[in-house]
Amino acid sequence: MRGTGRAVLASLLLLLAALALTPATPFSPVSPVWAVEPDEILKDPELEARARKLSKNLRCLVCQNENIDESNAPLARDLRILLRERLKAGDTDEQALQYLVDRYGEYVLLKPRFAAHTLFLWLGPFLVLLAGLVGAAIYMRRRLRTAPEAASAEAPLSEEERQRLRELLDGKS
Amino acid sequence: MIVELGHFALVLALAVALYQTFVPLYGAARNDMRLMEMAAPAAIVQFFLVAFSFAALVHAYVNSDFSVLNVFQNSHSAKPFLYKITGAWANHEGSMLLWVLVMAAFTLAIAVFSGNLPASLKARVLGVQGAISSAFLLYINTVSSPFVRIPESRVPLEGQGMNPLLQDPALAMHPPMLYAGYVGFSVAFAFAIAALLEGKVDSAWARWVRPWTLAAWTFLTAGIALGSWWAYYELGWGGWWFWDPVENASFMPWLAGTALLHSAIVVEKRNALKTWTILLALITFSLSLVGMFLVRSGVLSSVHAFAVDPERGTFILAILAFFIGGSLFLYAIRAHALKLEGSFEPVSREGSLVLNNVLLSAATAAVFIGTLFPLAYEAVTGGGKITVGAPYFNLTFGILIIPLLLILPLGPLLAWKRGKLKAALSRLKVSALVAAVVAILASLLAGASIKAALGVGVGTWVLVGALQEWAGRVMLFRAPLKVALSRISSMPGHLWAMTLAHAGVGLIVLGAVISTAWKSEAINAMQPGQKVEIAGFEVLYKGDRQATGPNYLAEQSLFEIYRNGEKIAEEISEKRTFLGSRSMPTTEVALLHYPLGDLYIAIGDKTQMGRTVRIYFEPMIYLLWLGALMMVFGGFIGLMDRRFRVGVAERTDSRIAAQPAE
Repeated sequence: MRGTGRAVLASLLLLLAALALTPATPFSPVSPVWAVEPDEILKDPELEARARKLSKNLRCLVCQNENIDESNAPLARDLRILLRERLKAGDTDEQALQYLVDRYGEYVLLKPRFAAHTLFLWLGPFLVLLAGLVGAAIYMRRRLRTAPEAASAEAPLSEEERQRLRELLDGKS
Repeated sequence: MIVELGHFALVLALAVALYQTFVPLYGAARNDMRLMEMAAPAAIVQFFLVAFSFAALVHAYVNSDFSVLNVFQNSHSAKPFLYKITGAWANHEGSMLLWVLVMAAFTLAIAVFSGNLPASLKARVLGVQGAISSAFLLYINTVSSPFVRIPESRVPLEGQGMNPLLQDPALAMHPPMLYAGYVGFSVAFAFAIAALLEGKVDSAWARWVRPWTLAAWTFLTAGIALGSWWAYYELGWGGWWFWDPVENASFMPWLAGTALLHSAIVVEKRNALKTWTILLALITFSLSLVGMFLVRSGVLSSVHAFAVDPERGTFILAILAFFIGGSLFLYAIRAHALKLEGSFEPVSREGSLVLNNVLLSAATAAVFIGTLFPLAYEAVTGGGKITVGAPYFNLTFGILIIPLLLILPLGPLLAWKRGKLKAALSRLKVSALVAAVVAILASLLAGASIKAALGVGVGTWVLVGALQEWAGRVMLFRAPLKVALSRISSMPGHLWAMTLAHAGVGLIVLGAVISTAWKSEAINAMQPGQKVEIAGFEVLYKGDRQATGPNYLAEQSLFEIYRNGEKIAEEISEKRTFLGSRSMPTTEVALLHYPLGDLYIAIGDKTQMGRTVRIYFEPMIYLLWLGALMMVFGGFIGLMDRRFRVGVAERTDSRIAAQPAE
């Protein structure tokens, strides 16, 4: 009975695996193609590379979690053109970003600045790391000190388990 | 009629689930065998009721029964058969029903396959599973029923159609896989609660929990990989991970689940890290619930949108608060009961697994904080808006995950209890050498930046390190080939799982770094007859034509691909407009696979300048999917491992008893 059950589970898992691995059709649907339009691209490849890099850190304000480099929203296009104009006018990367922040607020930045109000955001993960390391160190130290003999400590068997053990040892499982 | 029966079955399922919750838990507390034994039959009945209900919904979809509101809103009679079926869960109500179905399936599996669990543990596990099912069945039955009818006089003739983006084979399988992962972690959760109630965790407990956790992890890995693969060809510019909150929602339980897989090993082998493993089991499933809340409540777009339609969101939040709060409370008052633990030195297999857990937890925290920070910020500042996007995650997650990748090949080479770091390091000399050579070659020959060269080096280190550990274990090149072959064939599944999964991580790192650092693109407005060069290929734009599919109209652009002046392929890239009111156009990229990478052609609008054509070359991006595939495959092999079933199945072979214990 259990053997069949196992076989059924195994074949179910295999079936699911096979389904998961079924290749998609060679053609695959896509949303309307996004991102930079040909007419926006700057002639100067160095300037364009900078624009692309900065675009990846700028949020398309009307989209959900998309940078302006990937978005096809008209606003994203406006921002891309604006950014390129600033770069052509000779702004540094920082100046161009500041220009957009002044106009649209910090919300436009996909990578929030490190400041008082983002302290928890930036330090939080590393505080968790620190807490984990300290916790692990304390744990190991205490274990080593108080339980050097408890290396294979197991809770004592319950009556039910003892009964079961006797049955197994007597060979009538 | 079938729809009404489905609805009725769902109400019955709720009643059975409540029974499955209270009777066995009460029985376990009273040590009443008769009550405890009610758990398994209840779980079986509950599964069949939910399955019937789900089948009724699929039936309504397949038959395009537009008198059902849910079918009308999400289906169309001209849809291909596959998407009529998958349409049943490509919407809120249906996907919640799928969640409950998967939940019931896991519960059924526990009821059927856990014959050797102690009666009270089994009753408690099934009881907790029943409680989770009850909560979601209550949710579906009260505020999220997929079986609402449209009054007969107003039944529409045609449905509104399914979101065309979701009409895709990879995405059809994505939700079931993902849910099997999310929900699968509920088993570890239920075992943790049961252990807290029993006041006992031991190696046997870990041995029962590990396969269930591995199964959930494997499904979740497959689900995430499918979603990422879909995004790759769907978004038209070849990205595959966006740190979108919806992705993060699935990534958080994955990270925590990965940590759980590793810490449960320590519990089983060394009887240590017990309280931590229990906490991790609670956290992993809690993160699954948080993920579902994020995706399903509408809270993501903004706290404001959530407040507009608060009924469902509040309900899910209440479920969340009950299970997370309740389980952590139980943990706080009961965890001390599990204090007997084994000891180990910092430099040991256990020590490396502890470090693995610390780093994975911090990485999970980075994803968690980054995902929820904008919501918290908006709530705290009263409407203040802040964005946390990909650059934040790349930086923080990257810093936390690199040390983990660096220690990954070392861990398996350290002995339990007390390991020798020097010996382990010297065994990895070859890996370090290969990684350094690859990194140097990448920067000298392929012009990699320092960052890219280091990334390639780290990926190679993980990959070769995993292979080296395997080669050492089977004594390849060290013993005669015959010995090595016999060791390979007798290597147990859980070790194959480790090797495959670890090598898969290396491949994913390599794929991510290479495809990002060496990606090239050509974005042009092209006229028919025009040629564009990219990564050694020449792409000739031939012109356009129209085509019709089963439920869409297509605009196709034809391309010819040349290399060294020789034509090597003809490809079509197209845009589709679907029938139904959700007529958002989609496009289908032309995707050509070569050993060095993928050539990716997507078309945009036609303007006076010509057709906008985006061509990308994605070097070795297939390593990502290959790596994920190896992880999934490793997971399945691990599940087939006999040793996971030793504690569960009956021993029929008496010789086994004569072997020394592990």
